[in-house]
Amino acid sequence: MRQNNLNEKVEFFEEDPVSESSVTTPTHSIDMSSIVKHDGVSNLADEKICIEVNNFNLFYSEKQALKNINLQIPEKKVTAFIGPSGCGKSTLLRCFNRMNDLIDGIKTDGDISLDGKDIFDKNVNVADLRRRVGMVFQKPNPFPKSIYENVAYGLRIQGISDRRTIDAVVEKSLKGAALWDEVKDRLDDLAMGLSGGQQQRLVIARAIAIEPEVILLDEPASALDPISTLKIEELIYELKDRFTIVIVTHNMQQAARVSDYTAYLYMGEMVEFNDTSTLFTNPSEKMTEDYITGRYG
Amino acid sequence: MSYGPQHISKQFDDELENVRGKVLEMGGLVEQQLNNALRSLIESETDLAELVIETEVQVNTYEVTIDQECTKILARRQPAASDLRLVMAITKTITDLERVGDEAEKVARMAIELTEKHGPKAYYIGINAMGNLVSNMLHDALDAFARMDSKQAVAVAGKEPESDDQYSAILRQLVTYMMEDARNISGTLDAMWTARALERIGDHARNICENIIYLVEGKDVRHFSIEQMEDILAGR
Repeated sequence: MRQNNLNEKVEFFEEDPVSESSVTTPTHSIDMSSIVKHDGVSNLADEKICIEVNNFNLFYSEKQALKNINLQIPEKKVTAFIGPSGCGKSTLLRCFNRMNDLIDGIKTDGDISLDGKDIFDKNVNVADLRRRVGMVFQKPNPFPKSIYENVAYGLRIQGISDRRTIDAVVEKSLKGAALWDEVKDRLDDLAMGLSGGQQQRLVIARAIAIEPEVILLDEPASALDPISTLKIEELIYELKDRFTIVIVTHNMQQAARVSDYTAYLYMGEMVEFNDTSTLFTNPSEKMTEDYITGRYG
Repeated sequence: MSYGPQHISKQFDDELENVRGKVLEMGGLVEQQLNNALRSLIESETDLAELVIETEVQVNTYEVTIDQECTKILARRQPAASDLRLVMAITKTITDLERVGDEAEKVARMAIELTEKHGPKAYYIGINAMGNLVSNMLHDALDAFARMDSKQAVAVAGKEPESDDQYSAILRQLVTYMMEDARNISGTLDAMWTARALERIGDHARNICENIIYLVEGKDVRHFSIEQMEDILAGR
């Protein structure tokens, strides 16, 4: 975060004390260029870009779900997508690891690149892309296996079988997902026996076990109670040191709390992309203002 | 709300409208306090000054009530964007209004003191003019708040240096009275405190204008010059 150095710039602090004219107004003078340009908030120009979307369109057979999306998602930051139901935010999220490939009748054009490489290139191995771009859904979906095996699963399908390596990764991932202390004594219990919030953190542990670069979260807390929600939000805050995070949420306060950047989508178009504090205090677009203040509809 | 379409929650609209209305009521009361205090001083009406002192408690009650309403809205509605700026601007504005009320009370107390001391009426000429200036500033600032008029807010803020100039002129004048006759010093000091109170009221009126600009334009213009505020309004 940039801070404006008000004290350095305000000249009247440096004026001679008490002269006869000192009762008149001090000359207010601030180098405004520094304020107007940065406004004390994060600036996309200073970020390294992880995912870049250019002129991207998506059609579900005839219906256009995404219209000419242009977007840059910064690395190791949290970017939130907000917007009313059906605005395309989940659809856009699912493009980033080509989950939409699994749905028939979808057509796309335009580019999405990850670290500068086109993800739709025919040389891209989709399984490898999904290893690099992990995903967590609204409803926790642990496998019907033990807690341990859920986290170890990704390693096993990569052919890793060394027990010590797997033990270490399972512990590190569960710690990373802030679940270790709650489950360390019952790693062999069935994952289904965990609470919803614990299951969601388990799924996040499973996602981070294979060391992805990006984690996509599709409404990760909407099925959880407030305390579990706060734990997930706290986890997101910790994870952004290591991963680029993109989150779709219906809960605007959640977007305001956890994200560094926020995109507002409406009817398949991206209306506004801004740093989160600006978007929630002084949005540039009237449509964004109406949505976040509850005037939409 | 006087701008933008209505919220989906009608109740939220009512809450914001209610708190905004209370700020305007409080502003009206404070304005009346200031004008009564000035009149009690100029016309040596001690009864009016007593009334100002008694009414001060009402101003304080408004401040506390509005603050509670704002806290409730923050806790229950989590306002965003212009709604959030409205609540923030209100909590700041009522602090300024309450202080204007305090200063008006001070002026009223000085009016009682000065009436008892029978100081020379010449004290009041500068003070009367300055009182009118800051009273108009306060009135226009509240008007700008009611109409969400950031242009008028800048215009009102622009008058603040004038009140500072008048203040220093009054000080010079009062110093000459003190030099003429040492027996004037006590009364002159009271007059000086009065001028000081008026000067502070001018500052608070300017603060209120800055809050309005924040509310309407989304830009924090505290410590900005008038030219810089005008640039912000012009989108420069």
